[in-house]
Amino acid sequence: MADALITADPKGTLTGAHYLDGDHACCEGALAAGCRFVAGYPITPSTEVIERFAARIPLIGGVFIQMEDELASSIAIYGAVWAGAKAMTVTSGPGFSLMMEHLGLGAMLETPCVFVNVQRGGPSTGLPTMPGQADMMQARWGSHGDYELITISPSSPQESFDFAIEAFNLSEKYRLPVILMLDECVGHMTEKVNIPPADEIKLYPRRYTACKPGEYLPFKPGPDMAPEMARAGQGYRFHITGLTHDEKGYPVMNHAAQERLVRRLVDKVRKRADDLVRVVEDGVEGAECVVVSYGITSRVASLAVQLARDEGLKVGHLMCKIVWPFPAGKIRALSGKVKSFVMPEMNYGQVVLELERVVCGRAKVALVGHGGGTVHDPREILKAIKESLL
Amino acid sequence: MTTTQAHPIEYLLRMDRMPHIWCPGCGIGVTVNCFARALQDSKADLDKTVIVSGIGCTGRVAGYLKLDSFHTTHGRAIPFATGLKLANPELNVVVYSGDGDLTAIGGNHFIHAARRNIDMLVICVNNFTYGMTGGQLTPTTPYSAVASTAPYGSFEKTFSLPFLADSCGAVYVARWTTFHVRQLARCMAEAFTKRGFRFIEIISPCPTLYQRRNKLGDGLSFMKYLKESSECKDGADTRAVALDFQGKIIVGKFVDRDQPTWLDDMNRRYREKLGDKYEEYKGIK
Amino acid sequence: MTDKPVSVKRARGKVHILDDRCKGCAFCVEFCPVKALALSLEFNKKGYHPPQAVKPDACTNCNLCSMYCPEFAIWSTKIGDKE
Repeated sequence: MADALITADPKGTLTGAHYLDGDHACCEGALAAGCRFVAGYPITPSTEVIERFAARIPLIGGVFIQMEDELASSIAIYGAVWAGAKAMTVTSGPGFSLMMEHLGLGAMLETPCVFVNVQRGGPSTGLPTMPGQADMMQARWGSHGDYELITISPSSPQESFDFAIEAFNLSEKYRLPVILMLDECVGHMTEKVNIPPADEIKLYPRRYTACKPGEYLPFKPGPDMAPEMARAGQGYRFHITGLTHDEKGYPVMNHAAQERLVRRLVDKVRKRADDLVRVVEDGVEGAECVVVSYGITSRVASLAVQLARDEGLKVGHLMCKIVWPFPAGKIRALSGKVKSFVMPEMNYGQVVLELERVVCGRAKVALVGHGGGTVHDPREILKAIKESLL
Repeated sequence: MTTTQAHPIEYLLRMDRMPHIWCPGCGIGVTVNCFARALQDSKADLDKTVIVSGIGCTGRVAGYLKLDSFHTTHGRAIPFATGLKLANPELNVVVYSGDGDLTAIGGNHFIHAARRNIDMLVICVNNFTYGMTGGQLTPTTPYSAVASTAPYGSFEKTFSLPFLADSCGAVYVARWTTFHVRQLARCMAEAFTKRGFRFIEIISPCPTLYQRRNKLGDGLSFMKYLKESSECKDGADTRAVALDFQGKIIVGKFVDRDQPTWLDDMNRRYREKLGDKYEEYKGIK
Repeated sequence: MTDKPVSVKRARGKVHILDDRCKGCAFCVEFCPVKALALSLEFNKKGYHPPQAVKPDACTNCNLCSMYCPEFAIWSTKIGDKE
């Protein structure tokens, strides 16, 4: 049964045309999506998200708390969600690393919420005020154990707003944390952001159970593999645990229970990956070389693609908005038709490894990588496009 | 002799998960009896009472009590509980965990929640060890006691948990032992009626790890030690209630004060600065 | 004035024991104020000696046994009053 979408609350929706940077736009997107609880910790270049939330939330109605560290922030939001709120936390690389355990907990408890990472140069303290995209594999594999989450990468303040809403929607639909991977460049660039009227913003409502207390099974999968939720204080007397558990939520630690639970957690995303393709394609049909990009790098790559076309090359551009799950279906379909893929990323090769895996040798794959600290020079990407077609 | 009746607190327990995993002579089950009694005596709204635990033997309490219960990650019960409480202030939030979980890995969260006076009750079962993982030392393992990671006896100074809680701003601080079942139940019931960060330490036997490694007999021997060495000093200065290895145990209610909670202060500040535009926060709908 | 014996009403309780829950810790035996209990010589299903009420009439329904028992295996219920 399709769940009816609801519309945004006008109280949290700053309708109008604004000039905002990505951090601020992300905050507004969360507010429009109904986020009313943020637990965060300051870290450059993400701090503005929580600063804005702290300033905005009192007159909207909700809570901002600056916790003592990212470990606390990343689990305080779960408490808020299980009490019935929509919640988000925000960080950058070093804080993201601290949050890893709780990403796994969120997957295990199937807790809908949003984690924002405004990436900066790494590793370690790295380049706090400069962009990077080197946390992408960490977003997918950073916590221990088998699990799958969804990762979205905006390339502009407008997308930061739009994808914050999408992140909340997907988190409710799939019952898991969704990771919004900005980077310092998107976070700190100021551009026009159009915020529509609240009734034009569609939200996926949290699916609370209609079962009576005593009948509710917290981890019984629905038709789409995601269970219905309950919240504390309603008399359900439910139990949830990070231990491997059965449908009642009780710990059951054996191989059969592990298979039943963890396979579903993984399949929840993997088996529905076709519904999770969000890409923008430009001239991919008939291209000989396809540039695959995400985040701010898409903006730079667009220029490189244009320059290549000006030289007569048949170049397409596939901009991934949802990066994980990776749009493998699209890539596989193209792999037989193109000569090469070029992937620019602000790292020494992360998402490109997935691209290579999916292409599986049927076309050339070239990485244009660097350590971060600046966006790409489009001429480097152009050079790689040309070389890949030789 | 056996009976066909049900134990009076079974309605509060997840009987489909019994028997529990605690060892013979373990004191955690004793604390659960006291907690159940306190819930009954204080006529707490069971639908609104939620339990959050961390990892460890005491952390398993959440799984056995028939309330909305959350078995979270090691050391992080308090921030999870903070999220629950702030999002829905009507919840009666109880954190139920052990000495290692709450004051070692969870230490930072403990001191900040106390500092902020987040409205929650923290019950710390202190058996001086990390029992679940085989008996390693914790911040409360007494000086000279043997633990699996202190095979030659601990040479670390310890936390005095009532002092720690008091110094961080807890509004209610008490210590009892699993011998003091009546006082403990009464203390818990009283703590339910207070607001703010409330802390109850319960000294408890761990016959399988802490006691065995230190040749302290079985659960019963430790209970007798608790009985003989405890001295009740309500109102004692928390700086003077530190514990030694097999020494005197000062028990009682040490701190009972009233302070605005974090949410009280939040509402007050926003009202002050934003005036009539500000609607008092009562929870996220 | 004659010294008539004064009759004192005393609470009475009936001890209930769920033998197979018991793990033989003996807290109940030790802390029963009227020493109504002792560990049985019988074994329960788990191989422990559960308690038995050796002085059942002495029970005053104080329920300390039920508060001490970590296994929720013993408690008492009130029965009338006894002079």
